This record gives sequence, structure tokens and C-alpha cells, in this order.
Amino acid sequence: MSEVAEMLPALLVAVPILLAAVPIVLGLRLERTGWSVAAVTTTALTAATVYLAAAVYETGRVVHVLGGWGETENRPQGVGIELVADEFSVLIALLVTITAAGALAYMRAGGPRGNTFYGGYLLLVGGLLGLSLTGDVFNMFVFLEIVGLATYAMIAAGDGPESAVAALKYLILGTVGASLYLIGVGFLFMATGALNMEVLGEAIPQIAEEGGSDLTLLRAAFAFIFVGFALKVAQWPLHTWQPDAYQHAPDGVTPVIAALVSTVSAYALGRIMYNVFGPEFLTATPYLTEIVVAVGAVSVVAGSTLAVIQRDVKRMFAYSSVSQFGLVVAAYGLVTQTAFVGAVVHLIGHGVMKAGLFIAAGLIAVGYGARTVDEYAGLAKNRPFAAGATALLLIALVGIPPSAGFIGKWYIAVGAVQAEAWTVAAVVFLSTMLTIAYAARLLEKMYFTPATPVESPHPPGPVAADGGEPAGRDSIRRGSPEAVSFGMLAILVTIALSAVVIGFAGGAFFEWLEPFTSEVFTE
Amino acid sequence: MIEGTVDVLATRYAYALMFVVMGIGMYMMIANENLVKKLIGVNLFQTAIFLFFVAVAFVEGGSSPIVPATENPGELAMASPLPHVIVLTAIVVGIALTAVGLALIVRIYAEYGTLREDTLREVRADE
Repeated sequence: MSEVAEMLPALLVAVPILLAAVPIVLGLRLERTGWSVAAVTTTALTAATVYLAAAVYETGRVVHVLGGWGETENRPQGVGIELVADEFSVLIALLVTITAAGALAYMRAGGPRGNTFYGGYLLLVGGLLGLSLTGDVFNMFVFLEIVGLATYAMIAAGDGPESAVAALKYLILGTVGASLYLIGVGFLFMATGALNMEVLGEAIPQIAEEGGSDLTLLRAAFAFIFVGFALKVAQWPLHTWQPDAYQHAPDGVTPVIAALVSTVSAYALGRIMYNVFGPEFLTATPYLTEIVVAVGAVSVVAGSTLAVIQRDVKRMFAYSSVSQFGLVVAAYGLVTQTAFVGAVVHLIGHGVMKAGLFIAAGLIAVGYGARTVDEYAGLAKNRPFAAGATALLLIALVGIPPSAGFIGKWYIAVGAVQAEAWTVAAVVFLSTMLTIAYAARLLEKMYFTPATPVESPHPPGPVAADGGEPAGRDSIRRGSPEAVSFGMLAILVTIALSAVVIGFAGGAFFEWLEPFTSEVFTE
Repeated sequence: MIEGTVDVLATRYAYALMFVVMGIGMYMMIANENLVKKLIGVNLFQTAIFLFFVAVAFVEGGSSPIVPATENPGELAMASPLPHVIVLTAIVVGIALTAVGLALIVRIYAEYGTLREDTLREVRADE
């Protein structure tokens, strides 16, 4: 493999973290350089990830051992810290870089401004790439916290004080989640004496066979790690931070957080479950898969039920995330190849669709002044492009073929049938019904309910200053379409179309992940 | 039964202590209405985990993991250095978290004029 490709994993993590300081330094002299720095960096990172993906496609895994602490004669594997790019991690890295670059198109006109904000944004991208590429369980904790810290700051960048409260709530719960994961890592280290994922992956089946007190440690480790990630991925009943965080984050930030932060945490859970513990440990431990599946399945039902009763659109999409990640976790618990591919496809598809839906929510709030479901009335007539793209994304989220939502659910359902887990198959069906319930509510408002009368900003006659209706109440004021830039609309339409295109790519995903899954699922 | 418990406590007191401190931290996080005290609870929770790692690294009769240049390194009994390095990193992460949390609390106090969560809930409900 080429030397450039071997350097890339390290550069992908280091470059955005180092460049995070650049907007702040430049900000001392120049104003508003942050966006340009972030745009150039994320575009370059996207190009680098594509190159890395091509290298992985040609030669298989690309491993970078930091500081040249690789395997030598008198130094066993796993002493140095590894960054690993394989089929699974490259896929997530691609999602991270492309979404991060795309969301900037929205932020140019609509997002939070300021050089410090873009410094934090680059830190978030660096942390997410580190989380996807790391091959070491302790470094995963560090990147988890870097992502967390950057996310808390991003959420608190909102205008109102509510965002600070939401960020603090997320900070406390997120820290507990990461700390529980760290205890799990401690137990793993006690049982095996290793932190490298590959070394752990070889040591754990041996211990599982021998049994004894080390096996108990491993089981405790899995329990702590799973609960920690359940908090980070927002599984019911540990999801309570997510709706607040998504609702109160700035409109430009929510797409990035919703599409990436929980997605990459869910990826990390899959990595730990399949690369570190391995399918044999998962199936051999009593009640383990049952509990994972139950947590996922309950999240699906609870999340979508709560989404149905929400009035605020961003909050509704946030609860919908709880349910979609429930599907992914349930699919992880099935331990079949098809369900695993389904979980990965659903992760990526959900990331794309949620990014699109939150961009649509932000765009409509700016351009139409609508934030609650009722205010979406008459949107299709007044803003046909925004409404059309939103409708397309909602239909994709329900899972009407061909769309990203369908293909993921299809693989999960097939995997459930293969594993003879009929409850999961039923839950996939039920989640589709419940998704229709909240998607249809929005579609009906947009297309079939006439717009509520709009009070003109300059009412005829004398302006009532003596206790008359205030002219600019939030519920009836409509934003102007000029506030929506071309970039905002273009990125929304692009994402909506790509949600459909991914729907045709199911087979391609299966083939792409084949080397990874066949290695993990060898019986 | 009692003898066994005493035995475990005598030999594994570090682990027992860790879970006690962790529980106190968790309780502070949940039960305290004051936001700053909640954050102190988070810190206590994390510190318990650091203690746990240090306890894991302990070797009976081992010295600190600094290898003297003159002696044969193979024969030395040392505490494992890796958990110490891990804890150092985790402490740095914890400090960063505390800083961000305190910054958020300052902002909340400036906006709402209170540090108590129950008052905060009332203020927010009124809006």
C-alpha cells in the first residue's frame, strides 16, 4: 500500500484538531475567517477520506501505528497506539467528512457565526474522525470525550439561555456515559492486560473458553460499556438529554450533531461488540443478546410514540432519532451478518436523512417562520422546494422503497427472520407504522391544510401601540424567503436526492462490507 | 459468610472504596439541586474511576514504575505504568469537562439568576 495512504489516518485526526486553533488566531486580526477555514479543511478532509477509501478498497485494512511503535521482534503487537481504517470505519469517516463539509453550505448564511464557533466545529470533526478510526479502546474514550466537549460547546452556541441548560444536562449525562465506558475499559484491562482492539479480539474468545473469574470481569466490562454507549446513543430510558439538546441547538448545528454524534457512538458500540468481544462471546453469554435486542426494541417503540405526540418539529425529529437508533442497536443484538449490514446501512441512511430533515427544519424556520407542526400549514404552496425536499426525506424515513430508510430496515428485517427473532421483525414493521404516524401529520399539514392567515408586518391604519395585537407575534409572523440562501436550498435538495440514491445502493454496501463481515462472522 | 466478607474487604478495600465514592458522586449528581454541587458530584464520580485504575495497577511489593539504569530491568517488581498514564489522560479530560460545565453554569446564572435546579425549572416554566 502506498505511503500516503498509510499516513492518512493520522493526518485525518490531527489536521482538524490542529487547525481548530487557526480561526481563533486569525480572528485576532481578521473577522469572519472561520467559515472559510472550516470549508477548506473539511473539503480537504473529504478528499483525503475518499483517497483512503480507495486504498482500503484496493489493499484491505490500512493500519497506522503512531510514532513508529509498530510490531517488531522484541515488541509485541498492541504496545503502540493504532489507527485502523477498514471497510467499516472508512464508511463512517466518509459520512463524517461529507456531512461536515455539506452542513457548512447551510451555515454560510444560516448558521452561527464567529471564529471561535468554527474552531469548535473543527475540533468536533477531528474528534469524530478519531472515534471512527481508532483501534484502541482507551483512545476511544478520549475521542468520545473530545466529541462530547465539542458538542456541548456547539449546543451552547444557540441564542437563548435554554441552549445552555440543554448543554449542561447533556454534559452531565454524557460524562456519566463516557465514565461508565471507562470502567468497562478498566475491567477489560484487568481481564486481558491489553487495550488494543485486535489483541483484545484474540484474547477474549480464549478467556471465554477457559471461564473463571476473568470471564466474570469480561461480562461486567460488557455491561458497563453497553450502558455507557446506550447513554451516548440515546436509548430509552437514557435518551432524555437528546430532545432538549437537538431542539435548543442552533439550527445550523443540529444537522451535524443529529447526523454524526450519536451515529459515530453507535458505530463505536458496533466496533466494540463485534471486533473486541466478537460474535461468539455475544451469543455464548446468557441473556446478553436478549437484553441488547430488548433495549433496542423498546427504544424503537418508545421513541416513535413520543415523536407522535410532539408539537415542535425539531423535537419530533429528535425523538424519531431515539427510535431509529433503537433499530440499529436491536440489529446489533441479532448477531447475523445480514442484520449487521442492515445496522450499518441504517446508520448511514439515518445520518443522511436526519441531516436533511434538520436542515429543512432550520431552513423553514428562517424562511417561513414555522417551528411547530401546526405552523407548517400551507408550506407546499408557499415554499414548494423546501416542502418537496422535506416530504421526500420524510417518506424515505418511513421506509418507502427506493430510499435509504427502506434498504436499512429491509436488511434488519431479513436478518431478524434469519435469526428467528420474530419480535424484532414485528418491531421493524411497527416502527414503520409509527413513523408514518408522525411523518403523515407533517405531510398533511404541508400539503393539505391551507395556510393560517398571515398578519401583514405593516398593517394598514395607525399602528396600535396601546395594547392592540403586537404586530410581530412569533406564531403568525412569516419569515421572508430572501433569508434562505441558494447554498441552503441546494444542500437540502442534494441530501434529499442522495437519500433516494442510497436506496439503490444496498447491494453495493453488502459487497463493500463483505471483507469485514466475513472476517468477523467466521464460524 | 461474615468472615468471607471481612476477608474480601480487607484485601479489596480499594475497590469497595471506589464503589462507595462512585455512589456518593452519583447521588450528588441526582439529588442535589445546586448545579455547582451537581458538577462536583460528576467530578467525584470520575475520581472514583481514577482510584479504580490506580488500584488495578498496584503490585504487591512493587516499586514505582521508574526503572533504575543500573539494575537488571527484568527482575524488578513494579506497579504497572500503563494505568497511570491512562489516569493522567483521563484527569486532563475531566478538567476540560469541569471547565466547560462551569462555563455553562456561569451562563445559566447570568441568564436566570439562580443556581438551583428547582428554581430554574420554575423560571423556565413561566416563560
